[in-house]
Amino acid sequence: MNRPQREAAVRRILERTQPPVPPELWGEAVRRGDRLLRRRRLVHRVLWLLLCAAVVAFGVWAAGAHPWVEPPSQTTPPVTGW
Amino acid sequence: MRDRQASREARRAREFEAFVAGAAGRLLHAATLLTAEAPDDNPRARRLLTPALAHTYARWDRLHGEDPYDCARQYLATRFAREAWHHYGGFAQSRPHPRSPLAELAPRERLILVLRMYEGVAEEQTAALLGLPVERVHSICDRAAATVLHPTRTPVPGAAGAKAVPS
Repeated sequence: MNRPQREAAVRRILERTQPPVPPELWGEAVRRGDRLLRRRRLVHRVLWLLLCAAVVAFGVWAAGAHPWVEPPSQTTPPVTGW
Repeated sequence: MRDRQASREARRAREFEAFVAGAAGRLLHAATLLTAEAPDDNPRARRLLTPALAHTYARWDRLHGEDPYDCARQYLATRFAREAWHHYGGFAQSRPHPRSPLAELAPRERLILVLRMYEGVAEEQTAALLGLPVERVHSICDRAAATVLHPTRTPVPGAAGAKAVPS
Protein backbone atom coordinates (compact mmCIF):
# COMPACT_ATOMS: atom_id res chain seq x y z
CA MET A 1 0.00 0.00 0.00
CA ASN A 2 1.51 3.35 -0.94
CA ARG A 3 1.22 6.57 1.02
CA PRO A 4 -1.94 8.13 -0.53
CA GLN A 5 -3.80 4.84 -0.25
CA ARG A 6 -2.71 4.42 3.34
CA GLU A 7 -3.77 7.96 4.21
CA ALA A 8 -7.13 7.48 2.52
CA ALA A 9 -7.67 4.27 4.49
CA VAL A 10 -6.84 6.03 7.77
CA ARG A 11 -9.22 8.88 6.86
CA ARG A 12 -12.00 6.38 6.18
CA ILE A 13 -11.45 4.78 9.59
CA LEU A 14 -11.47 8.17 11.32
CA GLU A 15 -14.64 9.34 9.56
CA ARG A 16 -16.56 6.20 10.38
CA THR A 17 -18.93 6.99 13.24
CA GLN A 18 -20.18 10.50 13.78
CA PRO A 19 -21.19 11.20 17.41
CA PRO A 20 -24.57 12.90 17.90
CA VAL A 21 -24.34 16.57 18.94
CA PRO A 22 -26.07 17.21 22.28
CA PRO A 23 -28.73 19.95 21.93
CA GLU A 24 -27.58 21.83 25.05
CA LEU A 25 -24.09 22.39 23.67
CA TRP A 26 -24.85 25.77 22.07
CA GLY A 27 -26.57 27.23 25.14
CA GLU A 28 -23.81 26.07 27.46
CA ALA A 29 -21.10 27.52 25.20
CA VAL A 30 -22.92 30.88 24.97
CA ARG A 31 -23.41 30.97 28.75
CA ARG A 32 -19.74 30.31 29.43
CA GLY A 33 -18.63 32.62 26.65
CA ASP A 34 -20.75 35.43 28.08
CA ARG A 35 -19.22 34.85 31.49
CA LEU A 36 -15.74 35.01 29.96
CA LEU A 37 -16.60 38.26 28.16
CA ARG A 38 -18.06 39.84 31.30
CA ARG A 39 -15.04 38.86 33.35
CA ARG A 40 -12.66 40.21 30.72
CA ARG A 41 -14.59 43.49 30.57
CA LEU A 42 -14.45 43.78 34.35
CA VAL A 43 -10.69 43.17 34.40
CA HIS A 44 -10.23 45.83 31.70
CA ARG A 45 -12.30 48.31 33.64
CA VAL A 46 -10.38 47.68 36.87
CA LEU A 47 -7.03 48.03 35.10
CA TRP A 48 -8.09 51.32 33.48
CA LEU A 49 -9.28 52.57 36.85
CA LEU A 50 -5.95 51.65 38.42
CA LEU A 51 -4.08 53.42 35.63
CA CYS A 52 -6.18 56.58 36.06
CA ALA A 53 -5.67 56.50 39.83
CA ALA A 54 -1.91 56.10 39.35
CA VAL A 55 -1.78 59.06 36.94
CA VAL A 56 -3.74 61.27 39.35
CA ALA A 57 -1.59 60.22 42.30
CA PHE A 58 1.57 60.96 40.35
CA GLY A 59 0.22 64.39 39.34
CA VAL A 60 -0.63 65.32 42.90
CA TRP A 61 2.76 64.18 44.17
CA ALA A 62 4.62 66.00 41.37
CA ALA A 63 2.68 69.22 41.96
CA GLY A 64 3.75 69.15 45.61
CA ALA A 65 7.33 67.86 45.36
CA HIS A 66 8.51 69.57 42.10
CA PRO A 67 10.84 66.68 41.15
CA TRP A 68 12.07 68.64 38.06
CA VAL A 69 13.70 71.37 40.18
CA GLU A 70 17.38 70.71 40.83
CA PRO A 71 17.86 70.25 44.56
CA PRO A 72 20.24 72.77 46.26
CA SER A 73 23.77 71.51 46.18
CA GLN A 74 25.10 70.07 49.38
CA THR A 75 28.61 69.27 48.26
CA THR A 76 30.17 72.75 48.65
CA PRO A 77 32.45 72.81 51.69
CA PRO A 78 31.22 75.13 54.40
CA VAL A 79 32.90 78.54 54.19
CA THR A 80 34.60 79.32 57.47
CA GLY A 81 37.33 81.68 58.72
CA TRP A 82 36.05 84.99 57.31
CA MET B 1 -24.69 53.16 23.08
CA ARG B 2 -26.72 50.54 24.91
CA ASP B 3 -28.78 49.94 21.78
CA ARG B 4 -25.70 49.41 19.69
CA GLN B 5 -24.27 46.96 22.19
CA ALA B 6 -27.57 45.07 22.35
CA SER B 7 -27.74 44.78 18.57
CA ARG B 8 -24.13 43.66 18.42
CA GLU B 9 -24.80 40.98 21.02
CA ALA B 10 -27.87 39.80 19.12
CA ARG B 11 -25.86 39.60 15.89
CA ARG B 12 -23.06 37.73 17.63
CA ALA B 13 -25.51 35.24 19.12
CA ARG B 14 -27.13 34.70 15.71
CA GLU B 15 -23.85 34.20 13.88
CA PHE B 16 -22.50 31.98 16.61
CA GLU B 17 -25.60 29.80 16.51
CA ALA B 18 -25.14 29.31 12.78
CA PHE B 19 -21.48 28.49 13.32
CA VAL B 20 -22.23 25.91 16.02
CA ALA B 21 -24.97 24.35 13.90
CA GLY B 22 -22.47 23.88 11.09
CA ALA B 23 -19.26 23.05 12.92
CA ALA B 24 -20.17 21.39 16.22
CA GLY B 25 -20.66 17.94 14.69
CA ARG B 26 -17.21 17.85 13.14
CA LEU B 27 -15.51 19.39 16.17
CA LEU B 28 -17.25 16.96 18.51
CA HIS B 29 -16.16 14.08 16.32
CA ALA B 30 -12.58 15.32 16.45
CA ALA B 31 -12.78 15.73 20.23
CA THR B 32 -14.22 12.22 20.60
CA LEU B 33 -11.34 10.83 18.54
CA LEU B 34 -8.88 12.70 20.74
CA THR B 35 -10.30 11.39 23.99
CA ALA B 36 -10.73 7.91 22.43
CA GLU B 37 -14.29 7.53 23.68
CA ALA B 38 -17.27 5.71 22.20
CA PRO B 39 -19.23 7.95 19.77
CA ASP B 40 -22.45 7.75 21.81
CA ASP B 41 -20.82 8.12 25.22
CA ASN B 42 -18.32 10.97 25.16
CA PRO B 43 -18.55 13.12 28.30
CA ARG B 44 -14.87 14.07 28.19
CA ALA B 45 -15.04 15.14 24.56
CA ARG B 46 -18.00 17.38 25.42
CA ARG B 47 -16.11 18.80 28.38
CA LEU B 48 -13.27 19.57 25.99
CA LEU B 49 -15.47 21.08 23.27
CA THR B 50 -17.66 23.35 25.42
CA PRO B 51 -14.83 25.64 26.61
CA ALA B 52 -13.41 25.71 23.07
CA LEU B 53 -16.74 26.98 21.76
CA ALA B 54 -17.10 29.39 24.69
CA HIS B 55 -13.64 30.79 23.94
CA THR B 56 -14.59 31.21 20.28
CA TYR B 57 -17.80 32.98 21.32
CA ALA B 58 -15.86 35.35 23.59
CA ARG B 59 -13.46 36.16 20.75
CA TRP B 60 -16.18 36.49 18.12
CA ASP B 61 -16.08 40.29 17.80
CA ARG B 62 -12.28 40.35 17.60
CA LEU B 63 -11.68 37.58 15.09
CA HIS B 64 -10.95 40.12 12.31
CA GLY B 65 -11.54 37.75 9.45
CA GLU B 66 -9.92 34.75 11.15
CA ASP B 67 -11.85 31.52 10.69
CA PRO B 68 -13.82 30.76 13.88
CA TYR B 69 -13.45 27.05 13.12
CA ASP B 70 -9.66 27.43 13.19
CA CYS B 71 -9.90 29.31 16.47
CA ALA B 72 -12.03 26.59 18.10
CA ARG B 73 -9.85 23.78 16.72
CA GLN B 74 -6.66 25.42 17.91
CA TYR B 75 -8.09 25.92 21.39
CA LEU B 76 -9.30 22.33 21.44
CA ALA B 77 -5.90 20.97 20.40
CA THR B 78 -3.82 23.05 22.80
CA ARG B 79 -6.14 22.34 25.69
CA PHE B 80 -6.05 18.62 25.01
CA ALA B 81 -2.28 18.74 24.68
CA ARG B 82 -1.91 20.61 27.95
CA GLU B 83 -4.20 18.31 29.88
CA ALA B 84 -2.80 15.14 28.38
CA TRP B 85 0.86 16.00 28.72
CA HIS B 86 1.05 17.86 31.98
CA HIS B 87 -1.72 16.53 34.17
CA TYR B 88 -1.22 12.84 34.13
CA GLY B 89 -4.41 12.29 36.10
CA GLY B 90 -6.47 13.80 33.29
CA PHE B 91 -6.96 12.51 29.78
CA ALA B 92 -3.81 10.47 29.75
CA GLN B 93 -4.74 8.12 32.50
CA SER B 94 -8.34 7.49 31.57
CA ARG B 95 -8.64 4.24 29.71
CA PRO B 96 -9.51 4.50 26.01
CA HIS B 97 -12.78 2.95 24.94
CA PRO B 98 -12.18 -0.20 22.85
CA ARG B 99 -14.75 0.95 20.26
CA SER B 100 -12.74 4.04 19.44
CA PRO B 101 -10.60 3.59 16.32
CA LEU B 102 -7.72 5.31 18.13
CA ALA B 103 -7.91 3.26 21.33
CA GLU B 104 -4.43 1.85 20.86
CA LEU B 105 -2.69 5.19 20.46
CA ALA B 106 -1.06 7.41 23.05
CA PRO B 107 -2.64 10.88 23.54
CA ARG B 108 0.03 12.66 21.54
CA GLU B 109 -0.23 10.21 18.64
CA ARG B 110 -4.01 10.68 18.64
CA LEU B 111 -3.64 14.46 18.61
CA ILE B 112 -1.21 14.49 15.70
CA LEU B 113 -3.16 11.90 13.71
CA VAL B 114 -6.45 13.75 14.18
CA LEU B 115 -4.94 17.12 13.25
CA ARG B 116 -3.13 15.75 10.20
CA MET B 117 -5.57 13.17 8.84
CA TYR B 118 -9.01 14.13 10.11
CA GLU B 119 -8.66 17.92 10.09
CA GLY B 120 -6.16 18.09 7.24
CA VAL B 121 -3.86 20.56 9.01
CA ALA B 122 -0.49 20.91 7.28
CA GLU B 123 2.53 19.26 8.85
CA GLU B 124 4.29 22.60 9.45
CA GLN B 125 1.24 24.08 11.16
CA THR B 126 0.80 21.02 13.36
CA ALA B 127 4.45 21.20 14.34
CA ALA B 128 4.19 24.92 15.13
CA LEU B 129 1.00 24.41 17.14
CA LEU B 130 2.55 21.67 19.28
CA GLY B 131 6.07 23.06 19.43
CA LEU B 132 7.64 19.97 17.83
CA PRO B 133 10.06 19.62 14.91
CA VAL B 134 8.38 18.85 11.58
CA GLU B 135 10.27 15.55 11.18
CA ARG B 136 9.02 14.39 14.53
CA VAL B 137 5.41 15.18 13.60
CA HIS B 138 5.95 13.27 10.35
CA SER B 139 7.32 10.17 12.04
CA ILE B 140 4.72 10.16 14.84
CA CYS B 141 1.94 10.52 12.27
CA ASP B 142 3.31 7.65 10.17
CA ARG B 143 3.65 5.41 13.19
CA ALA B 144 0.15 6.27 14.41
CA ALA B 145 -1.32 5.61 10.95
CA ALA B 146 0.41 2.22 10.84
CA THR B 147 -0.99 1.34 14.28
CA VAL B 148 -4.51 2.31 13.22
CA LEU B 149 -4.30 0.31 9.99
CA HIS B 150 -2.79 -2.77 11.62
CA PRO B 151 -4.15 -2.92 15.15
CA THR B 152 -2.48 -5.42 17.43
CA ARG B 153 -5.47 -5.65 19.76
CA THR B 154 -3.40 -5.42 22.88
CA PRO B 155 -4.49 -2.88 25.47
CA VAL B 156 -1.96 -0.10 25.67
CA PRO B 157 -1.69 2.08 28.76
CA GLY B 158 -2.55 5.68 28.01
CA ALA B 159 0.80 7.16 28.98
CA ALA B 160 2.85 8.50 26.09
CA GLY B 161 5.80 6.38 25.13
CA ALA B 162 7.69 5.03 22.20
CA LYS B 163 6.20 1.91 20.72
CA ALA B 164 7.90 -0.35 18.27
CA VAL B 165 5.55 -0.66 15.33
CA PRO B 166 6.82 -1.99 12.03
CA SER B 167 5.99 0.48 9.32
